[in-house]
Amino acid sequence: MAALLALIRKEFLALLRDKASRFVLIGPPLIQLLVFSYAATFDLNNIPFVVINEDPGFAGRQVVARFAGAPAFREVAALPSTAGVAALIDRNDALLAIHVDRTFTRSLLAGRPAPLQIVIDGRNSNTAAIALSYASDIVLGFDAEWVAAHGGASTPAVLDVRAWYNPNLLSRWFVVPGIVGLLTFVVTILVSGLSVVREREAGTFDQLLVTPYRPWEILLAKATPGLLIGSAEAALIVAVAVFWFGVPLIGSLAALALGLELFLVSAIGIGLMISSLAATQQQGLLGAFLFLVPAIILSGFATPIANMPRAVQYVTYVNPMRYLMVILRGTFLEGDGIADLAGQYWPLALLGIGSLAAATILARRRMS
Amino acid sequence: MAEPGHPPALRFAAVSKGFGAGARRNAAIRDLTLSIPVGRITGLLGPDAAGKTTLLRLAAGLLRADAGQVHVLGLDATRDAARIQARIGYMPQRFGLYEDLSVQENLDLYAQLQGLQPAERPARYAELLRLTALGPFGARRAGALSGGMKQKLGLACALLRVPDLLLLDEPTVGVDPISRRELWTIVADLRNRGVSVLVSTAYLDEAQRCDEVVLLDNGSLLAQGPPEAMAADLAGRCYAVRHAMVDRRTLQQRLLATGGVIDARLEGTGVRALLAAGAAPAPSDGEAWQTVPPEFADVFVDRLQARRARRVPAAVAPTVAAENDTVLHVAGLNRWFGKFRAVADVSFDVARGEVFGLLGANGAGKTTTFRMLCGLLPASTGELRVAGQDLRTAPAEARRRIGYVAQKFALYGNLSVAQNLSFFAAAYGLRGDRLRARLDWAEAEFELGAFMTMNAADIPLGYKQRLALACALLHEPPILFLDEPTSGVDPLSRSEFWQRINQYAAAGTTVLITTHFMDEAEYCDRLVLMSQGSVLAAGTPAEVRARAATPELPDPTMEDAFIGLIAAHEAGLRRAA
Amino acid sequence: MNAGRLRGLIRKESVQILRDPSALAIAFVLPLFLLLLFGYGVSLNAEHVPVGVVAEHPNPQTDPFVATLRRSRYFDVHTLPSPAAAQIAMARRQISSFVWLRSDFARQTLGSGPATIGVALNGVDANTARLVQGYLTQSWQIWLAQLQQEQGGALAFPVGLQTRIWFNPALRSRDYLVPGLIAVIMTLIGALLTALVVAREWERGTMEALMASPVTMAEILFGKLLPYFVLGMGGMALSVALAVFLFAVPLQGSVLVLAAVSALFLLVALGMGLLISSLARNQFVAGQIAIVVTFLPAFILSGFIFDIRSMPLPIRLITHVLPARYFVSSLQTLFLAGNVWAVVLPDIAALALMAAFFLGVTLWRSHKRLD
Repeated sequence: MAALLALIRKEFLALLRDKASRFVLIGPPLIQLLVFSYAATFDLNNIPFVVINEDPGFAGRQVVARFAGAPAFREVAALPSTAGVAALIDRNDALLAIHVDRTFTRSLLAGRPAPLQIVIDGRNSNTAAIALSYASDIVLGFDAEWVAAHGGASTPAVLDVRAWYNPNLLSRWFVVPGIVGLLTFVVTILVSGLSVVREREAGTFDQLLVTPYRPWEILLAKATPGLLIGSAEAALIVAVAVFWFGVPLIGSLAALALGLELFLVSAIGIGLMISSLAATQQQGLLGAFLFLVPAIILSGFATPIANMPRAVQYVTYVNPMRYLMVILRGTFLEGDGIADLAGQYWPLALLGIGSLAAATILARRRMS
Repeated sequence: MAEPGHPPALRFAAVSKGFGAGARRNAAIRDLTLSIPVGRITGLLGPDAAGKTTLLRLAAGLLRADAGQVHVLGLDATRDAARIQARIGYMPQRFGLYEDLSVQENLDLYAQLQGLQPAERPARYAELLRLTALGPFGARRAGALSGGMKQKLGLACALLRVPDLLLLDEPTVGVDPISRRELWTIVADLRNRGVSVLVSTAYLDEAQRCDEVVLLDNGSLLAQGPPEAMAADLAGRCYAVRHAMVDRRTLQQRLLATGGVIDARLEGTGVRALLAAGAAPAPSDGEAWQTVPPEFADVFVDRLQARRARRVPAAVAPTVAAENDTVLHVAGLNRWFGKFRAVADVSFDVARGEVFGLLGANGAGKTTTFRMLCGLLPASTGELRVAGQDLRTAPAEARRRIGYVAQKFALYGNLSVAQNLSFFAAAYGLRGDRLRARLDWAEAEFELGAFMTMNAADIPLGYKQRLALACALLHEPPILFLDEPTSGVDPLSRSEFWQRINQYAAAGTTVLITTHFMDEAEYCDRLVLMSQGSVLAAGTPAEVRARAATPELPDPTMEDAFIGLIAAHEAGLRRAA
Repeated sequence: MNAGRLRGLIRKESVQILRDPSALAIAFVLPLFLLLLFGYGVSLNAEHVPVGVVAEHPNPQTDPFVATLRRSRYFDVHTLPSPAAAQIAMARRQISSFVWLRSDFARQTLGSGPATIGVALNGVDANTARLVQGYLTQSWQIWLAQLQQEQGGALAFPVGLQTRIWFNPALRSRDYLVPGLIAVIMTLIGALLTALVVAREWERGTMEALMASPVTMAEILFGKLLPYFVLGMGGMALSVALAVFLFAVPLQGSVLVLAAVSALFLLVALGMGLLISSLARNQFVAGQIAIVVTFLPAFILSGFIFDIRSMPLPIRLITHVLPARYFVSSLQTLFLAGNVWAVVLPDIAALALMAAFFLGVTLWRSHKRLD
C-alpha cells in the first residue's frame, strides 16, 4: 500500500513540478472558458439591416420604427430604391433588407394583404434562420396592434409560447454547461493520453517495469492524477459558470458530481488506452487529437445529436461526452436528480470499466 | 607542413561563453586562449562538461562568444560566419543524417548545399564511398545503417568539398573498433592532403593518433602539446604491479589505499599503477613492480586527478563465493524481430559474485539479450533463469531481487534527486529505519548531498549516473543489471564507477553489465563477446585475448582480439556460404 | 539565395514527404476524415423534431390544426392524452416541445374569443428551441390562412410578409458549414505540418549539420515552405472537390480567386507553423501549441459556426488577428455568393499582411546559430 501511494505521489510530482505543464493544465482551460463562453453564442444582438421604404403612408413608417426599435436590430442605411441593396448585402454590411412597398398603407387600409418584403443573406444559414424568426415576430406584433387599432378579423386562436428551463432562450445557458464538459474532457485526455507514452519515451517505463509493481498498480497510479485534477478543474469551471456567467444550477449537485466522476473514469480509460497504444509522444498526441475532435463534434455540444443521420447517431453511443452533455444540462437547467439520470450513468460506467480493462491489457501487451 | 608566419587554423583569444540566464548561468568556456596549427590532427580531450562541444560550435560559427575573439582560418567567426562555413567541414556529435533518405540522397543533398560542381561529383562520390567502404550501400536508407556506417557516412557528407578545416565532435562514440580504425584512416589521409583537423574524443587511446592534444577541463585549457611529449613527462612513474597470491581486484584496492599512488587500473593480468611526482614505488610483500612506458591515459588522470577530490574506496570484506552457485542461466536463447534474428543461440551461466560482461558493438544483440534477462522482452525460444526464475512470468516478489540501470538516463528528470531516491525506495518496499538508513547511505556513498533538491535532469552527467546506480542499489539487490552504464561518461568517472562495481561484486553482488568500451572488458571476471547476435568468444578476459593471439601479435589488447575474432568469424561465414 | 542549394533542400524535403506517411496523412487523410465527420455529423437544420400534441377534446375544430402540424416536414407528431403525460414525456426527453389544445378550444374558436394554444418548448438548447418556435408559428399561420380561406372574412394578418433568402434559399446548414470547415482544416494542416517538421530537424540533430554548411537561413526556410505549400494546396484541392462533388455545395465564385485566397491563407498558416517551431524546438511542445493557438480559436472565433457580429467587443477585436476569420469570410462568400470583391479584396489584403508578418518574423527570429 505504501508502495502504491509512493507511485501515485510520483505521478503527481511528475505532472505538477514542471512550471510549463502546471500552466498548461490551468491557464488555457480558464482562458478558453472565458473567451469561448462569451464567443460561443447563437443569440443575435446586432443584426445590421437596410431599409427601403417606398410607402408614403404612416403604416410604413410604423413598421420600420418597430424594426429600428428592436434591440437585436441595427439600421445601417435607408435607401430610396432597391438598387443599392445587393451591394450592401454582398459586402456583409447588412444582413437583411426590409422593403416596404409603395402600396403598403393603402392596402392595409383597404383590407388587402399589405406587401412587405424581407431579403436576407443566407450565407450563414443559421444566422439567417434566427434573424428571420426575430423579424417575423416583429411583423406579428405589428399585425396584432393593427388589428386591435383598426379592427379586422379577430384571430380565432393565439399561440402562448413558454420555454421551459430557459425562459428567455439564452444560448449561453446551453453553451456554458457544455463548455464545462468540453474543457474537463480536453484536460483529462491530455493528462492521461500522454502519461504512459511519455515514460516509455524517457525510458522510465522500463525502470518501472523491473520494480515489483504489477501492471494494474501502474495504471491505477496513472489514472489517479487525471481523476483528481479533472475533478478539481471541473469544480472550478462549474463555479465560474454559476457565479460568473450566472447560469442557474437547479438540479442535484450530487447527481452532477456522480456524473462527472463517472465521465472522468471513462475519459481516463480512453486516454490510457491511447497512451498504451502509442509508441511515441507524437503518436499519442495525434491519437488524442483524433479522438477528441470527433468526440466533441458528435457529443451534442454545439449541434443536436437528433439532427445527425441515423448511422452517426448510433456511433455516438460509445462517446462518453454524449452522456455528460445530457447530465450537465439536466442538472444545470432541468433540475434533474440522480434517479432522472440513471439512463446516462450506466453507459458511462460501462465505458469506464471497458476502457480501463482494455488499457491494462494493451499496456501489458506493449510491455513485451 | 605549417609554414612559419602562416596563421593558425583556429585561434581563440580570451574567449568566454556561457548558457542560461541570471544566477543559473553556467560558463562553458572561461577565458580560453589557444591556437590550433594548420595541417595537423589536433585531439580535443577532457572530462564531461569540459566545454569540448561548445568550443567546436564556436569554431563552426554556430555560437557567438560572450567575450573574446574567435578566428577561424584567419576570419572572424562573428562577422564572417558564412565565409567560414563555406571553408570548413563540421560533423556534430549526432550527425544530421536524414534517416529516411538513402546514402546517395544524403550525399547529393550535402553536395548541393556545399556547392560542389555537378561535374566534380561522380569522382568525389566514388572516392568517398571507397574510403568509407559504403559503396555497396548507396541505395540503402541511412536509418538502416549500423552505427559505424552512419558515422562514416556523416564524415563523408562533411568532406564532400575538401575543407580547409575539419571539426569532428566525438566521431567514434559508440562505434565498433573496426569502423573506428577506418574513421581514423580517413582522418589521417586528410592530414596528408593538408587539411587541418580538430577532433574531440572520449577514447584516451585515440589521443596517440593525434599530432597534438588539447586538454580542457571546466572550460579552461589544462595542457596542449604532442601526446608523446606529454606522456614522456611521466616516464618512471608508471608501473605494472602483479602479485602471485592476491587477486588483482584486491590488489587494486590495496594500491589505491597506498600513499603516493594516484591511480590503479586493472590491466592484463595485473594492475597498472601511476605514482605521484616524486613518489617512489613501495612494494609490499609479494608484489612485483615493473616500470612500463606511460600512455596518454596516464597523462589524463595525472592532470585531472589533481583537480578532483580523491575518492578513497571503503574497504569491504570479500565473501567467498560458493563454487557452481549459478545465479543466471541462459541456454539456446533466440530472439526474432520479424525476419531479423537479433539474438542467435546465446548460452552462458553467471555465478554468484561475478562481474559478467556482455561486449560488442552497437547492434551486436547485447541490449536485446539484456532486456530478455530483465524480463522486459520475451524470448522467442530458449531457456532463461534469473535466480531460478524467469522474470517475465515470475511474481512481483522476484523483481525485488534485482537492480536495474538503463542504457540512457532513465530516472524522472523533473523530480528532484531526493524525490527520485525516496520513490524508488518506496517502490521496493523499504520503510521505517531501514528506509532512512538506506537513503542516508545513498546520499553519502554517492556524494549526492549537494544535489538533493535539484531536478535530476539538471545535475551533471556523472552524477546522474551515480544517482541511477544509487536508485538501483537502495534495496540491496543480490543481482545488478547494468546496460551500458558508462556510455558518454568521461574516463575519470568511468574508472571511479568501476571501482564501485568491483567493491559490490567483492561483497557478493552478482553484476551483469553491457559495454562497448573494449578496455572495460578487463574489469569483468568473465565475459562474452557478441557480434551480429551470436557469441564470438566467452571466458575470462585473458582467455578471450589468448584466443586472438597470433605470432605477429603475441599479446593483443581486447580491441585487437575483437577485431581479430570478427575477421575470423566473417571469414568462417564466407567459407560456409 | 542560391538556386542549387535551394533545389537540393526542396528535393530532400519532397523525398522525405513521400517516404514519411505522417506528412501525407496530415495533408490528405485528415481533411477527408474531418470533412466527412463534419459534413455528415454536424447539422443545424432541425427536421423531424418530436413534438407532442395534447388535444383534450379532439373534434372537427382541433383536427385541422393537428393535421397542419403533421404535414410539416419539421415535426414528428406524438399524440399524448394529457398535459401531465406530455410533461413526463418532455422530462424524459422523448419530445422536445408540446402543443396543448384545451377542452374549450372549439367553443372559443367558434365564438367567444381567441382560444389559447399552449406551447411548451424545452429551452435548454436555445437555438433549436427558437427554430422550433419559428416552425410552429409558421404552421399556425398556415392554419389560420386556411381557416380564413374557407370561412372568408377579414384578414388575420394584415401584412403579407414575403421573404427572399439569397445565396442559400433552402437554408441548408451544410452549405455554410462546409466552406468554413475547409478553413478550420487548412489552419490545422498548415500549422501542424510545419510545426512538426522543423521541430523534427532540431530533435534529430539535422539542423545543426545544415547550419554548419554554407546554406543560408532563408534557404532553409524556403526549402521547407515550398514543398509543404504544394502539399497543403493538394489538401485544399481535395477538400474543395469533396465539398462540391460529395456535399453538393455550390461554388459560385471563380476557382482562380478561390485558389489565390487559399494560397495566401496557406502561406499564413505555414508561416505560423514555422514561427511556432522555430520558437519551440521540440515536437511535443510545438504540436501542443499548434493545436491550442490555431485549431480551437479557428473553430470558435472565426465565424465558422458562431456569428462574430454578436460577440462582445473585446472578443470581436481578438477575432481580427485570427487569419482564419478572413479565410472563412472569403470562403463562405466565394462558395455561396460569388466573386464579391468588396469582401474578398479586404480579406486578401489582411491575409497578405499576415503572411508577410509571420514569414518576416520567422526570418528575423531565426539565426543561423544555436544560442
